[in-house]
Amino acid sequence: MSRYVSFRDFDWLLVAFVLAICALGVVEIRSATMHTKFAGAHIKQLYWIAGGLVGMFLVSLLNYQMLLERVHWMYIAAVASLMCVLIFGQKYLGARRWVKLPGGNHFQPSEWVKLILILAAAKYFADLQQRELSWSDFIKAGAIVAVPMLMVLAQPDLGTALTYLPIAAIGLFLGGLRLKQALVVIVLAGMAMPLAWHKLKPYQKERLVSFMEPDADARGSGYQVKQSLIAVGSGGIFGSSAGSQTHLAFLPVPQTDFIFAAFSEEHGFVGAVGVLLLYFIVLMRLTQNAQTAPDRAGTFLVMGVVAVLTFHILVNVGMVLGFMPVTGIPLPLMSYGGSSVLFMFLALGMVMNVRMRRFVN
Amino acid sequence: MFGRDEKPSQIRLTAVQYIILAIFLCLAYGLWRLQVSESGMYASLAEQNRIRNVPILAPRGKILDRTGRTIVDNYRSVTALLLRDSSRDLRTDADQIALGLHIDAKEVREKIRRFAALPQYQPIYLKEDITPDEEAFIAAHRTELPELDTIMAYRRLYPRKGFLAHLIGYVGEVSEDMLNQPQFELFNPGDVVGKSGVELEYNQVLMGKNGSRQVLVNSHGQEVGKPLDEKPAVPGRPLKLTIDVDLQIAAEQALEGRNGAIVAMDPRNGEILAMVSRPTFNASDFAVRISRSEWQRLVNDEDHPLLNKAIQAQLAPGSVFKIIMATAGLEEGIAQNLHVTCNGGAQFYGRYFKCWVVAEHRVHGEVNIAKAIYQSCDVFFYTLAEKLGIGRIAKYATALGLGQKTGIDLPQEVAGVMPSEEWKLRNYRQKWFAGETISVGIGQGAVAATPIQLARAIGAIASGGRMVRPHVADPSGLPENVIPASSVPDRVTIPIDPGNWAAITDAMAGVVNPGGTAALSHLEGIDFAGKTGSAQTVSNALKARMGASGKAKFKDNGWFAGVEPRRNPEIVVCVLLEEGEHGYLAARTAARVIKAYVDKQRQQPTTVARAGKAVEVGAVWTKSDSLAGDDFAAGHFLVGLSARHLPLAMAAPGLEAAH
Repeated sequence: MSRYVSFRDFDWLLVAFVLAICALGVVEIRSATMHTKFAGAHIKQLYWIAGGLVGMFLVSLLNYQMLLERVHWMYIAAVASLMCVLIFGQKYLGARRWVKLPGGNHFQPSEWVKLILILAAAKYFADLQQRELSWSDFIKAGAIVAVPMLMVLAQPDLGTALTYLPIAAIGLFLGGLRLKQALVVIVLAGMAMPLAWHKLKPYQKERLVSFMEPDADARGSGYQVKQSLIAVGSGGIFGSSAGSQTHLAFLPVPQTDFIFAAFSEEHGFVGAVGVLLLYFIVLMRLTQNAQTAPDRAGTFLVMGVVAVLTFHILVNVGMVLGFMPVTGIPLPLMSYGGSSVLFMFLALGMVMNVRMRRFVN
Repeated sequence: MFGRDEKPSQIRLTAVQYIILAIFLCLAYGLWRLQVSESGMYASLAEQNRIRNVPILAPRGKILDRTGRTIVDNYRSVTALLLRDSSRDLRTDADQIALGLHIDAKEVREKIRRFAALPQYQPIYLKEDITPDEEAFIAAHRTELPELDTIMAYRRLYPRKGFLAHLIGYVGEVSEDMLNQPQFELFNPGDVVGKSGVELEYNQVLMGKNGSRQVLVNSHGQEVGKPLDEKPAVPGRPLKLTIDVDLQIAAEQALEGRNGAIVAMDPRNGEILAMVSRPTFNASDFAVRISRSEWQRLVNDEDHPLLNKAIQAQLAPGSVFKIIMATAGLEEGIAQNLHVTCNGGAQFYGRYFKCWVVAEHRVHGEVNIAKAIYQSCDVFFYTLAEKLGIGRIAKYATALGLGQKTGIDLPQEVAGVMPSEEWKLRNYRQKWFAGETISVGIGQGAVAATPIQLARAIGAIASGGRMVRPHVADPSGLPENVIPASSVPDRVTIPIDPGNWAAITDAMAGVVNPGGTAALSHLEGIDFAGKTGSAQTVSNALKARMGASGKAKFKDNGWFAGVEPRRNPEIVVCVLLEEGEHGYLAARTAARVIKAYVDKQRQQPTTVARAGKAVEVGAVWTKSDSLAGDDFAAGHFLVGLSARHLPLAMAAPGLEAAH
């Protein structure tokens, strides 16, 4: 396969929008953590972004088709790393999500498992030869995602496990999901609900209850949702100069999960809609890249990234606005945190990888 | 042929784009709703979050005596409390806390354990009224023991041993019932309000208005920065009473060890000079919250320590009522010429009524109105009652304030009973029996009066018929709108013929002179006059049936109502000795109060006797041993003294030259 790869074909416009979002995130992290024990987090976030950019360029250099050829090895490695977490993981706040690496660093494998799942799903659906999905393909595709998802659920990390779902969903949808199959998914999900309720941890149940009725326990788990709503609401159209919800520590973790609430309070409706617009442009740009992908696998790969990013935005912003229960899913690119930032840039690197090869063949 | 490179359905890709658009529109709508439509509500919620109103407590007004001496004060009481919503392990800090607050660490742990089930925002009250060095300990350990906090409140500092307790009353947290009443509707739960006595009656004056300080707090409730706004507290206004602490002390001591009541009033203006009720209670127990067991004890005590007997004990007045009878009899022109022979009893309406004197194996013999008063002859007054009839007796007694509230500015005064034909018809739907009138003639039967009523009535008769409304607060110091509205007019004059007035008051002087029923209470050099009374608490028939135990259990109540000087008195004292048996014992108690009053007056230098200026001449105490009393039986006069008469006026006891 002859190819001509150049950084001229790099989607610089997309990078520019992504970096704009990151910059807003850094500014907000600085503002939210000022005078707290997390002060200086924005500097660390800058390092993560820089690292992410380097990672993105490196990933874009590898040929994604070559990666897809070896994806079964990567998939096995992913499952193995999740197993490691379950066995050797550090227990923190009642869940094993992290592996302690030599050198004092912590590593959360569930983030890069997401990346491998996107590749695996892309590979699987690209290899299908039919226009419509057969039942056996449907079940196999489900199993590819279900295995790591159940392992993450066992950590337990419901939030991250849920982020694997859109990877399966977008693959199935674009892979030719039939209406009948969609109905089966919906019915099965409906049946699993009550069962899942029993499996939930008490704190998870509390979060769900407080999502339904935020005032029921305003001092307990409903507190975060309520304070988030107050933060967003008090921002008004142009933002609240006092920003008291964020700065007087009423808003919980304003630099990570609730960064959108902190941003909305300080910059108001105008600022918040601006951020949503940036995300929307990024997503539209990504889908455009998916359409211009050189092959079927490339489309699936980019759309996997689109699905995960959309899901993150929906759940995180939805939580901040009171539409969704508190799940602990960060807002990609804005929220403080290395794993999340690295994942996004590596995923973007794969998108670039696909884009840079669009004129090949 | 469907190949590897065939793109997925373009329609589905487009569908995905539209789904993303829909999601973003939903999120934008959510932002619109929160930040534009309902922004105001959330802005105010944010304000409530960060702005906290910290109350600044207003101290209650002091209660002062007539000369401005403090009777009730406040003290700053600091309570140490343990906040439980911090993340600290309280039990590990217990030892250090216990050491600093001088309490037992075990007790602290026990309290933490007991509070474990309660909501976290409820603090544990560790120790009340902590000392300044314990307060300093808490302040010094703010960082190490952030869970330790203090709360300050003003508490009432009442006199000890129940001194003046009934008149002052007590305060407590406003109750649910009170909050539902219109006059308390502006109060907040937790406010400390008056619950009885003047604390209740003049709550509006005494209670201050709490201020508040708006502060910025963070989510841990810690104050951040300077207060945004401060509304200072308005302290309660002091309340000046008409009580004279010196006289009150004398009265308290006079009644020490007995059950009953004393009221001392200035009959010229209705000022209550002293008021005692025994047994008493310790008002400090009520200062914040009374313990359940203490409350039960006070409520269930047979001697009713919470009752202010001076205004709330309605009992048969006994022979004290004879002064009212004498007034009625003389004014009606019947008593002047009434001569009765007392043989220890007499037959009325087919029933034999005994005179008390037979118990001492004597008889009164020939009795006229004067002797009937100073010897307290029952037969005379039986006869007088028969001649007057219940109608005329009730007319005079009611005019003199019996059977109705005196209108004193204290809560829960009782009205007593003055029976009449209408009264009986109304309350019992029965006709009045003429025989009942006979008992009423000596203050028995259905008649019931309070000490304050008797003081007012006897004071009025001795003042020539001038009735005043008693009051305990100095009205000059009160704001216009808080003078309690009373249906009783401040002053009423009952016309009493001067001759009758002199006759009655002279006979009253005879009571405390040789030959009188309280001759032993004679005060040398003081124009003291009064009337004794011994009132049965149950009928003689019932007592006889119960035998010795009944006699021991239902002892007579002793009464005495006395004035000084006998006409236009400056002070009237009414004493009730529950189970005192004899009026002369009550007279002795009253005499101690009168003596204390006169002694104090005599020590007061008078600076008003000056030529060319109207001066008040009063308290001219004469030797009044003779019953005729024509040798200067005078009360108060306002006279302009000429230079020639000035030395004479200043020669009178109690008067000193002006400087």
